Amino acid sequence: MKKIIEKKKVGEGVREYKLSAPLIAEASKPGQFIVLRLHEKGERIPLTIADADKDEGTIKVVVQSAGKSTVQLNREFEAGDEINDLAGPLGNPSEIENYGNVVVIGGGVGIALIYPIAKALNEAGNQVTSIIGAQTAEKLFYQDRIGGVSDRVIVTTDDGTAGKEGFTSDAFREVLETEEVDRSWAIGPVMMMKACQEVAADYDTELVVSLNTIMVDGTGMCGGCRVEVNGEAKFACVDGPEFRASDVDFEVLAQRTRTYEEEEECALSQYLEGDEE
Amino acid sequence: MSIREEQVSMPQQDPEKRVENFDEVPLGYDAEAAIAEAERCLQCDPAPCIEGCPVGINIPKFIDEIRNEKFQEAIDTIKESNNLPAVCGRVCPQEEQCQEVCTLGQSFEPVSIGRLERFAADWERKHGQVENSVDNEEDGRIAVVGSGPSGLTAASDLRHLGYDVTVYEQFHQAGGVLVYGIPEFRLPNEIVAREVENLRETGVDIETNKVVGRLFTVDDLLEGNRVDQFDAVFIGTGAGLPYFLNLPGENLNGIYSANEFLTRVNLMRAFKFPEYDTPVKVGDRVATIGGGNVAMDSARTALRLGAESSMIIYRRSEDEMPARDEEIQHAREEGIDFRLLRNPKRFLGDDGEVESIECVEMELGEPDESGRPRPTSVEGSEFDIPVDTVIMAIGNAPHPLVTRTTDGLETGEGGTIKTDEGGKTSRERVWAGGDIVTGAATVIRAMGAGKTAAGDIHDWLCQKDS
Repeated sequence: MKKIIEKKKVGEGVREYKLSAPLIAEASKPGQFIVLRLHEKGERIPLTIADADKDEGTIKVVVQSAGKSTVQLNREFEAGDEINDLAGPLGNPSEIENYGNVVVIGGGVGIALIYPIAKALNEAGNQVTSIIGAQTAEKLFYQDRIGGVSDRVIVTTDDGTAGKEGFTSDAFREVLETEEVDRSWAIGPVMMMKACQEVAADYDTELVVSLNTIMVDGTGMCGGCRVEVNGEAKFACVDGPEFRASDVDFEVLAQRTRTYEEEEECALSQYLEGDEE
Repeated sequence: MSIREEQVSMPQQDPEKRVENFDEVPLGYDAEAAIAEAERCLQCDPAPCIEGCPVGINIPKFIDEIRNEKFQEAIDTIKESNNLPAVCGRVCPQEEQCQEVCTLGQSFEPVSIGRLERFAADWERKHGQVENSVDNEEDGRIAVVGSGPSGLTAASDLRHLGYDVTVYEQFHQAGGVLVYGIPEFRLPNEIVAREVENLRETGVDIETNKVVGRLFTVDDLLEGNRVDQFDAVFIGTGAGLPYFLNLPGENLNGIYSANEFLTRVNLMRAFKFPEYDTPVKVGDRVATIGGGNVAMDSARTALRLGAESSMIIYRRSEDEMPARDEEIQHAREEGIDFRLLRNPKRFLGDDGEVESIECVEMELGEPDESGRPRPTSVEGSEFDIPVDTVIMAIGNAPHPLVTRTTDGLETGEGGTIKTDEGGKTSRERVWAGGDIVTGAATVIRAMGAGKTAAGDIHDWLCQKDS
């Protein structure tokens, strides 16, 4: 059992949890994830570690309400409550070194996930530009936090209610138009990462993406997370989750992410109906 | 009195009924049947069956005890050599081990040692005195990585020798392949849970959700870096990395590894979705690729999840199938469609979903390095099999996490850990056993390896202190 120390609303439908997990906090590195299971009948859901405090023995995860488990977590679990199972850290850490000038792009809940990477890159001496984007101003979060570990933050919203109107990939293009970038990261919805890769390809710059795929165990045993990288099947959990974007087949990734659409809808609607009774 | 030529049959669930549920298929002997079967034993001395058992159970002794209705004594005898009799009585390939060398088997059917073992274990669960206290504490702490058959056996033996033992399991539930892989209808998870509970009661600390290789390394365990320090580490992490065929279209939706499919159903209880949150998708037409026990388990599981047709596609003939005869027979009774001498060439789909498998007919040639006839494809024999779900059950590679994160651990082909006969690895104070050493094999072989390593660790600790 793992205790929720703190729960915060960080955006529309997005909650940040601070969890007591001393061993994981000590072992975790930027780019890694955990798998949690809410209760005895729960599924195992992978969540990227948004921050870790070794001294305090806590980690943070940021959860967007999407399927049944995330909706249930965000609705029912409060500070002081316990989560049945928590395992991690999983996946390979981000490759952090002093590359020079770097860009870190986060879209939607991906904003939370770029924070530890931006922070580590900043500490390694890089010039860090962070681009964060959401559909609308209400869904934006972590601007100040990310600002604190970046040399520059560019905000975009699809509807123009905050920052520049447009997508993160548009802002990425503008940066690449004016300066030499040594390496970039993009984390967010599949289509956003794909758009960013299209931009990166135009400027022949290296982009790394972190793939949040369907997983069961998170340690290489199920293969549900397999993605096509350079024409070969790779497991996001043990070979990734970060891959060079130019090697990733985003079509296969998008298609595999849709596997359980019907079941997810069924589970969510049953859960919500049960709630009304 | 003449000896009964045939084994006393064991009642089992009717095939038509059992495909609608996940309850156990064979129902076990009652006392009367067990005694009748025990009476068939010739009580050989020396007994070839003991030689045939990877953990060396004193088989004639426990059978004689059953014959004399001394059921508690029978289970005690088994437990001197085997800590998981309820498991082994169900999943051991006795027909290739103890029963294969049974003297009676030369003329008639061999004694059904497996059914008798299961009877004794089940009797104990219902009536017996489970003695879980362990004293004579020895000086020494051992970490066991993985709670599958080899890890549980090593842990149990070391604990019974009096050592302090901690087992690290990465899943939320202990048991390894016994709980994520083998289906309920062959081995109910509750039986494994009971064995694990017994082990806990002896004082073994079982820590779930601990991913060794990520949370801490084998070196951390040896050095006491961030965790308790251990004198020795036993690695029993199994063969958990599923193979795929690397054929075109293999990443289409609806294509599972058997590991994923079975884990969703067995460990995560997807057969009770949406009561349980984990889903599994099974279409009307399911094809399982492979001919081992895992393939049989997958095909039979698919049927129970509502598939209209469930087939096995295997590139050799039935004679070469690695699955146990009993499993093949159960699968046939349930209506599994065997498409033998067929091999997939590619998977075809529409809108990302698998729709058919292009297969080719195979014929058998000269024996290959495995000793089985080499299958070769018949040119121009391609044909399509329409499917909605495909399960790849073509084996698993050794689990990579611990080997990748332990420096100086010598590995062999395919990522197995190299050990000597006692299970000792190339690293000081580190032993390994089970599928991580042999590649995917059987539960009892893994248990045998756990037992051997436990003995070797004990010898080493005794020498060290003397």
